[in-house]
Amino acid sequence: MSAALDPIRTRRPQGDLALVVSLFAVILLIGGAAGVGYLVLSGSLDGRWYDFRDLGVGMAHLAEWLDEQNASQPAATRALLGDHWMSYLTTAVIGGIGILSFVGGVLLILIWVERRLIARIQVRRGPNRLGPYGLLQPLADAIKLIQKEVLIPEGADRFLFFLPPILVFIPGLLVWGPVPWAPNMAYLDLNVGVLYLIAISSLATVAIFIAGWSSNNHYALLGAMRTVAMMISYEIPLGMALISVVLLAGSMQLSEIVRWQAQHYAWMAFLIPFSLFTFFFSSTAELNRTPNDIAEAESEIVAGFHTEYSGMKFGLFYAVELGNAVAVAAFVTAFFLGGWSLFGLEAFIPGYIIFATKVAAGYFVLVWLRGTLPRFRLDQLMAFAWKYLIPITIAHTTLVAAEVTAMGALALPGIVELGTVALVNIAFTVWVMRRWARFLGYRPETERVMQPKLTTQVGGLHAAERMRGAS
Amino acid sequence: MTSIGITIAFYALSGLSIGAAVAVFLTRNLLHAVIFVILAFIGMAGLFVTLSADFLAVSQVMIYAGAISVLLVFAVMLTPYASRDNGNSLFAPVGVLVGLGFAALIGFVATQVAWPVFSGSDLEAQNFTGTVRTIGGALLGGYALPFELASVLLLAALVGAIALVREDER
Amino acid sequence: MNPLEITLGHYLVVSGIVFGLGIAIALSKRNAIAVLMGIELMLNAVNLTFVAFSRFGSAFGPEPTQPLVGHVFVVFVLTVAAAEAAVALAMAVLVYRRRETVDLDRINLMRW
Repeated sequence: MSAALDPIRTRRPQGDLALVVSLFAVILLIGGAAGVGYLVLSGSLDGRWYDFRDLGVGMAHLAEWLDEQNASQPAATRALLGDHWMSYLTTAVIGGIGILSFVGGVLLILIWVERRLIARIQVRRGPNRLGPYGLLQPLADAIKLIQKEVLIPEGADRFLFFLPPILVFIPGLLVWGPVPWAPNMAYLDLNVGVLYLIAISSLATVAIFIAGWSSNNHYALLGAMRTVAMMISYEIPLGMALISVVLLAGSMQLSEIVRWQAQHYAWMAFLIPFSLFTFFFSSTAELNRTPNDIAEAESEIVAGFHTEYSGMKFGLFYAVELGNAVAVAAFVTAFFLGGWSLFGLEAFIPGYIIFATKVAAGYFVLVWLRGTLPRFRLDQLMAFAWKYLIPITIAHTTLVAAEVTAMGALALPGIVELGTVALVNIAFTVWVMRRWARFLGYRPETERVMQPKLTTQVGGLHAAERMRGAS
Repeated sequence: MTSIGITIAFYALSGLSIGAAVAVFLTRNLLHAVIFVILAFIGMAGLFVTLSADFLAVSQVMIYAGAISVLLVFAVMLTPYASRDNGNSLFAPVGVLVGLGFAALIGFVATQVAWPVFSGSDLEAQNFTGTVRTIGGALLGGYALPFELASVLLLAALVGAIALVREDER
Repeated sequence: MNPLEITLGHYLVVSGIVFGLGIAIALSKRNAIAVLMGIELMLNAVNLTFVAFSRFGSAFGPEPTQPLVGHVFVVFVLTVAAAEAAVALAMAVLVYRRRETVDLDRINLMRW
């Protein structure tokens, strides 16, 4: 697609080499995929440790073997170190390395993906100089950031200025713990997984606050205040949206939530679409991404809380933002899009591939939103959270709770039950959203125009003015 | 016999909590004190984990390290011309003495009393499936009235806090 | 106490130390916000005691008569702590607006 559009790059340096390497890579990939596919489809490896459909099975067998090794150790060692220390240690290290390498690789590639995609949406070309299709651009960026001097502004609190990049990075990695990649493939399958996610994501708030405060910069302080106000506000609808999911699935364990959706062949996105919308929108606020990126609105407050951070410290903030976006896509997948399940196809396709595909789709939507939508104003955003989203989510959660109670009492066949729930929820959501928007002053008069109107009399602007006047 | 992991975790986490609490007392800067107090809260959450209280550990992180710490930082921010130092008042020696006395008293009682506790194999979590279901059942069963009252308390605190700091329109 | 065998006593000692530190902070700091930190530390220590007693006393015993009552109490303590922090910090901000200080030694309206 690019050759015709590209008048600048008439000559490809080392084009032959790139062609050979990419051909080789493609052949390798296809061969590997065919081999794995044959092994899986032939059914000869059901349940054994090298069953590629679920790496967790292999880990379980490894842990079992290590436990046997452990049992044959001298009694004194076992008395001191316990019966399972080998398996605990090994699985923990392997899982940690797996998650770290996944997040690291994803961060390297997705910087390029995001820039290219946004460039496409905005009819630009994006990074295309370094390496084939500009693929090496993230590496070059990282090297540039590492080389840069790390400035510490005058009058800044050195200790507090040093902490925030680390403090935001730790939760950014910890949220990846409970992600259920496949039926038996979750690193940290807590039975309070949902609560854990909310708790971990709320840790970053303080770090951002401190970053803004310690920079000794007005823009940074303003950005931090905005961020914290927004994150606190949007944590409430986010939590309420997850409560609906927990109510329906009857568990706070992420793997159980996915398993419920797989068993009922019903994704939460069909049953409670409003929760999906709330979760997604609130997450964009938590992530400081467009349309809710008022925290670092570059046209208003330079770069928000990380204005004064340079070099690799800024790089850490940037990487965490990107990684959190992917994590949000992963949680949308697990909570609302059925995780590793794909209507029975998960018996043939490895669960983590289905999961990763859905994550990529969710991430694409995030990038799409970022490339398309304009930024909200601060007061609009806060008013939207407190006056629109929170009342409706409370009503919606109550409705879901009533439905769950009714389902428990009636015990109808599954498809009738869930179909009714989905229909009732969608109807209720549409009705309440329209009514509440009307109540708050939204006037969709552009639908039936009888006479010319000023833009200030129409639609969301009108509602925003009314909201501001009322407060 | 507790496993070595629990032992190490206990000493590390209690060291973290106590060290952070000492740092809150000693540091000269109010915002540093906030950081250390958050660290102490997180150490406490870790101690809860060593006691198999998964729900409470996560709630502790969410409420103390996530919410109350933000309130603390906000309060520091909203009092811009107040002094930012973490200084002691004239009663500091008395305070330290009282604190030492309490710590010594609790430590003495804790070590001297033979508590009627389970030990050995009774202590091992039999079929431990998490505490969430049990806590939920208790909160909506025998403790339903206090639970509802707690929600009223939270609402009252919300309204009260807003009413206190609300600026007059005029 | 055997230092390698973690018992109820260990947790109670830690809780006592943190409680004492909380009292020391709450009594000796001038800044109202620092005093609040001390109070939160004290509440934390109490929570630790509740959970420790619940773990070693009743929770997983052979006949759990009242399972996890300590945990339920901790939930209430957390609720009260959150409410208390919100109201206390609102009061601190209010006092600051009236008096331009949150120094407890200088908030002495009710001395006489």
